[in-house]
Amino acid sequence: MELKVETGKNIQVQDASPSGMKIIWQEIKKDKLAMGSLIILAAILIFVYGAAFFMDAKEIAKVDFLSIYMEPSSDYWLGTDYGGRDVFGQLIVGTRNSFTISLFITLFTAIIGLSFGLLAGYFGGATDNVIMRVIDFVIALPQLMFIIVVVTIVPVFNVYVFILIMTLFLWTGKARLIRSKALSERELDYIHASQTLGTPHWKIILFQLLPNVSSLIIVNFILNLAGNIGLESSLTFLGFGLPESTPSLGTLISYARNPDVLENKWWIWVPASLMILVLMLSINFVGQALKRAADARQRRG
Amino acid sequence: MWKFILRRFLVMIPQLFLLSLIVFMMAKAMPGDALSGQEINPRANPAELDRIREELGLNDPWYQQYARWATNAVQGDFGISYTHKTPVTDVIEDRLWNTVFLAFVTLIFTYMLAIPLGILSGRYNDTWIDKSVTGYSYLGFGTPIFIFALIMLFIFGFALDWFPSGGSVDSKVEEGTLAYFVSKINHVILPALSTALIATTSTIQYLRNEIIDNKIKDYVRTARSKGVPESNVYSRHILRNSFLPIAAFLGYEITGLIGGSVIIETIFSYPGLGQLFLSSVSLRDFSVVTAIVMMTGFATLLGTLLSDIILSAVDPRIRIE
Repeated sequence: MELKVETGKNIQVQDASPSGMKIIWQEIKKDKLAMGSLIILAAILIFVYGAAFFMDAKEIAKVDFLSIYMEPSSDYWLGTDYGGRDVFGQLIVGTRNSFTISLFITLFTAIIGLSFGLLAGYFGGATDNVIMRVIDFVIALPQLMFIIVVVTIVPVFNVYVFILIMTLFLWTGKARLIRSKALSERELDYIHASQTLGTPHWKIILFQLLPNVSSLIIVNFILNLAGNIGLESSLTFLGFGLPESTPSLGTLISYARNPDVLENKWWIWVPASLMILVLMLSINFVGQALKRAADARQRRG
Repeated sequence: MWKFILRRFLVMIPQLFLLSLIVFMMAKAMPGDALSGQEINPRANPAELDRIREELGLNDPWYQQYARWATNAVQGDFGISYTHKTPVTDVIEDRLWNTVFLAFVTLIFTYMLAIPLGILSGRYNDTWIDKSVTGYSYLGFGTPIFIFALIMLFIFGFALDWFPSGGSVDSKVEEGTLAYFVSKINHVILPALSTALIATTSTIQYLRNEIIDNKIKDYVRTARSKGVPESNVYSRHILRNSFLPIAAFLGYEITGLIGGSVIIETIFSYPGLGQLFLSSVSLRDFSVVTAIVMMTGFATLLGTLLSDIILSAVDPRIRIE
C-alpha cells in the first residue's frame, strides 16, 4: 500500500475574509440594476451640480410675460410655465435643491436617530424605556398633518427651519431600528469583555458598537434619502414645503394642481415627476443591493 | 392576555394627554382666538372686545384654559368655524364619512391585490412570477404617492375620461337612489386604486417572507409526509400561520390611510377630512384645523392600540417583557 503525502504545494492559502467595503462593491458590480442605477444617479448629480457654473439662477427666476406657457422648442427645451420661466432651468435648480435638502434632512435625522438609538440600545433599562416611550408617541402621530401645522405657525420660515421641522419628526424610525440592533449587539461577548476590562462606556459605544451597526446605518441612510426626496417634494407639492424662493421638483409638479396644466401642459409637470421617479428608484435600487450585501444570507455571490 | 391589554390601555392615557396638550399649544400658537370665529359687531370697540375676552376666560392662565378646552373637546365641542360660521363638529361630520368610505374601499383594494400576489410570490419563490411581483413591489416602494396619483388622474381622469376627475358624488343625482350609490362608487375608485397600488408593497413583501419562512418548518414537513395534498398544505397549514401578522397590521394600515388622506384627497378634489384640513390651513380656519389634528391623532393612537392588541393575541412572545 502506497502512502500519499500531501505536499504544501497544492494547498491554497485561504485569504482573510474580504473587507466590508470590498464585499459591498463586489455585490453592486454583480447587480446590473444597481450598477446601472448608480451610473444614472452619478450622471444626473454631476450634471445638475455642474450646471451651476454655467447657469444664471436669476435668469431662470425672471418672469417674462411675453413667453407664457410656451411649448417645448429649441429656445426653451422644456417650454415655459405660467410666468414665462424656462422649465428646463427650473428642473435643474429644483433637482439640486430637492437633493441637497433631502441629504441634509437625512444626515441630521441619522445623527439624532443614531445617538438616541445607540444610547437606548446600549444602556437598556430605564434609559431605553424613556427614549422608547417618546419614540412610540412621535411615531404614532399623524406626521404629515403635524408638519403642515408647524410649517404654518412658525414665525420665520426658510429652508433651514424646514430642515429642522422635518428632522424633528423623522428621527424616530431610525432610532428605533438602531436601538433594536444595538440591544442584541450588547449581549455579545466582545462588549461584555470590554466592560469587564473596564473600558469606559463612551469608548465601547463609539469604537466597538458603532462599527458593528455601521452597515445597517449606511443601508438605512440610503433608503431614507430616497424617502425624504419623496416626502419633501410631496410637501412642496401641497404648498407647505420649500419656500417659493427655493424652487424644488415639487414646485414644478404643484402647477399640475391646476387641471388645465395637468391636462394640456404636460411639459411643466411630467419632466419633474420623471426626475423624482428616476432619482428615488435608482437610490432605492442601490440601497437594496447594499442591503443584500450587508446581509450575508442574501448575498448573491 | 388581559393583563397586557390593560397595560396597553394604561400606556394610552398619558399618550392621549400629551397629544391633547401638544394640539392645544399648537392652537394657542396659531394667530387669532375664539373671538375671531364668532361674528362680532365690526364697530365693537377694543374695550368691549377685551371685556368679552375676559368673560370667555381667554386671559386666564393657560392650564385653566387647557382644562376648559379639553373638557369641551371630550364632549365633542371644538368651537365655531371661522369660514363656515357653524360649529366645527358639523363641518367635520360629512367629510369624516367620505374619508372613512375612501379608506374602507382602499383597504379592500389593497388586500385584494396584495394577498394573492404575496401568496404567489411566496409559494413560487425565485420563479419569474416571484421576480415580477418583487419588481412591482420595489417600484411601489420607490414611487411617491402624489406622483402616481397625478399620473393616474391624467390617464384615467382626463386622457381616457373613464372616471370623474374630482368630487365624491355627482351633484345631479338624488340622495338615497341607486344612481347616487353608483356615482359614489365611481368617484371613489380612482383615488382608492391609486393609493392601493402603492400601498400593497409592505403587505406583499411581508406575506412573501412569512410564507418562505414557514415553508421549511417542521410542521409543514410533517403535513407533507402524512400525504396532505400540496394545495391543502398551503391553504390549511402555511397560510393560516402566515396571515396572522398581516391581520395584525390592519391597525397600522388604517393609521397610514388616515394620515395619507391629505395628499390623495387634494389631488382628486375629494371632499374628505384631508382636503378640509388643507383648505382650512390655507384659510387660517384654525378651530377646524385643531379639531381635525386632534381627531386624527386620536384615531392613529387607536389604530396602533388595535394593532398591538391583535399582535399580542397572535404572537404571545410579544406579551413577555
